[in-house]
Amino acid sequence: MRWSKLLSMAAIILGIVILGITAAVPLPIFKNIPWLPWGNQTILGLDLQGGVHVVLEAKDAPNAKVTDESMKRAQAVLERRINETGVSEPLIQRQGDRRIIVELAGIDDPEQAVMDLIQPAYLEFKNELGQTIITGADLKDALEARDPNSGQVEVDLTFTKDGTTKFAQATTANVGKPIGIYLDNELLQNPVVQEPITNGQARITGYESLEEAHTIAILLRSGALPVQLDVMEKRTVGPQLGQDSLDRSINAGIVGIVAILVFMLVYYRIPGLIADFALIFYALVVLAIFIGIHATMTLPGIAGFLLSLGIAVDANVIIFERVKEELRTGKSIRSAIDSGFKRGFVAVFDANVTTLIAAVVLYFFGSSMIRGFAVTLSIGILVSMFTAITLTRWFLHLAAAINVVKDPRYYGA
Amino acid sequence: MFNFMQHRKIWYIISLLVILPGLFSMVTRGFNLGIDFIGGNLVEVRLEQDVKIEQVRSVVEGLGYAASNNVQKSGTSDYLIRTRELTEEESATLISTLEQKVGEVNLLRNDRVGPVVGREITINAILSLLVAAALMLVYITFRFEFKQGVAAVTAILHDVLVVLGIFSIFQIEVNSALVAAILTIIGYSINDTIVIFDRIRENLRMRKKRETLEDLVNVSLWQTLARSINTVMTVLFVLLALYFLGGTTIKTFVLALLIGVTTGMYSSMFNASPIWVDLKLLEKKAK
Repeated sequence: MRWSKLLSMAAIILGIVILGITAAVPLPIFKNIPWLPWGNQTILGLDLQGGVHVVLEAKDAPNAKVTDESMKRAQAVLERRINETGVSEPLIQRQGDRRIIVELAGIDDPEQAVMDLIQPAYLEFKNELGQTIITGADLKDALEARDPNSGQVEVDLTFTKDGTTKFAQATTANVGKPIGIYLDNELLQNPVVQEPITNGQARITGYESLEEAHTIAILLRSGALPVQLDVMEKRTVGPQLGQDSLDRSINAGIVGIVAILVFMLVYYRIPGLIADFALIFYALVVLAIFIGIHATMTLPGIAGFLLSLGIAVDANVIIFERVKEELRTGKSIRSAIDSGFKRGFVAVFDANVTTLIAAVVLYFFGSSMIRGFAVTLSIGILVSMFTAITLTRWFLHLAAAINVVKDPRYYGA
Repeated sequence: MFNFMQHRKIWYIISLLVILPGLFSMVTRGFNLGIDFIGGNLVEVRLEQDVKIEQVRSVVEGLGYAASNNVQKSGTSDYLIRTRELTEEESATLISTLEQKVGEVNLLRNDRVGPVVGREITINAILSLLVAAALMLVYITFRFEFKQGVAAVTAILHDVLVVLGIFSIFQIEVNSALVAAILTIIGYSINDTIVIFDRIRENLRMRKKRETLEDLVNVSLWQTLARSINTVMTVLFVLLALYFLGGTTIKTFVLALLIGVTTGMYSSMFNASPIWVDLKLLEKKAK
């Protein structure tokens, strides 16, 4: 009887240790398994890997009023622009009537990315009289290229079928005259038409690098923004600060957790040791849930997670204090554990529900960064109640059944 | 055994002594509001070359971007620059001018907040605090009783005032993270209060005929004392680690939590329960 309990206890501890090692320790044998250590699967927020969070608001212009339709098109244009740059997992979200939130993580130059994003990219070809003959809406494709002969960088334009007809007519009518190419009302070039162009091809030259031409080509391909977008709020985090924050948080987290573990062990002894294992298991479960629901870990999120550790410990502390009291009244260890848990849990439940209320309110009123905090705190509270009443309790009973420690003093009483 | 309840006037006075100077400062001097509330840009840069802070300041002022208290050192070679709200082009100009004048610049962060957003954050902050307090009052009334709800919310108000007061007295910059911190403090503080109230609720069921309410609450406070201290200790471990080792951008957030968790424990023990007892005694007198 004792041996089987001892074995199951050893098995649980071994399980937690293995879970912990596979989560966090980059052992050489994990090298060939891409998902190990699995803790690395956590999606890092832009404040931990660098990136930008920007709130854009559409402004009415005399010739372009903001409508639901134009906002949808604007969002589609933004999506195309971002997808073309190959940013992984961008967030592009409509907020209210005329706002769009964009979040890009893991980019080297977040500031430039924002500038490219909000550029209207309105392309026009105008004749000598200043009349528009063709616009970016008639474009089928735009590609950057380097002229093999001259080495000049250019953007090659291909017009749609309609565009080709329009362009052919305009160039026929304007042979010997200049046609101006304007991007966002800025004159790029003013070439003179040598002969009618009927194949629907045109090109813009004069770029300093292939990258510059590449950016322009993306903007032209994704189309012009139908409305003017202004930056209402922007939070840029450079890659350097992101890395700093991540390293520091991990450090702070380790120190904080170790301090809790030592404190619990010294103050509560056997139950403290059990609570420590339960706490490690708790931390791993929470981490696994974050990964499972694809939650993004942000700096406030880490703070929320660490604070939820405090709550998890609290559940144990409340219950252990009760168990100690029950022991003092002369109950046996096993019945003291049972009634301690029963009485302690009411307090844990009521206390946690009120904290949960605060977290939920934070979620609904907070900005996206604060939401990360609210989510981790809420998940933490829920999981902590679960591990405190299941794992810790089961563990304590096993310890009592093994009978190695009969003396109530080992329970801190 | 020390009697918490006998000395409750002293606890109220201590609370007032902490809160009143803070209130006075809030009314007369207000807060050092960050860009989240008043709009503007907050740019943090790491400079690769050793430069004097005046050099950085002269660049910012030369461009005409400066806001008050515009350049601060935030690390060995890190500088915090506060400006009026900058357009994207102006931000780029600031960085390129800095690069020309003081050498290589590593942009750590650049926060831009428009005045409209600042207003929204303020409104949301106040609204969220009110909603949270109302919901907690409802829950406590449902699980305990209305008077305990009132006492608990008074204790919360105490904590909020202490934190805000300290931020005002020391003119620590206030940003939207403070709102999150205050809500968390509320959550923690009420957590403490509830654990004590739970004990009172339990002891009330087994109350002896002669036992006064003061004695009953006093015993309940003693019974929960170890838990109160231990829990605050573990939370403080985490917070101290975060404050000294954690990321720089959440420092004020953690500072607010450090103050709040400490005052939260005080208010749960020395305000919430005594106030409830006084409310109960008032009710008796009225009868």
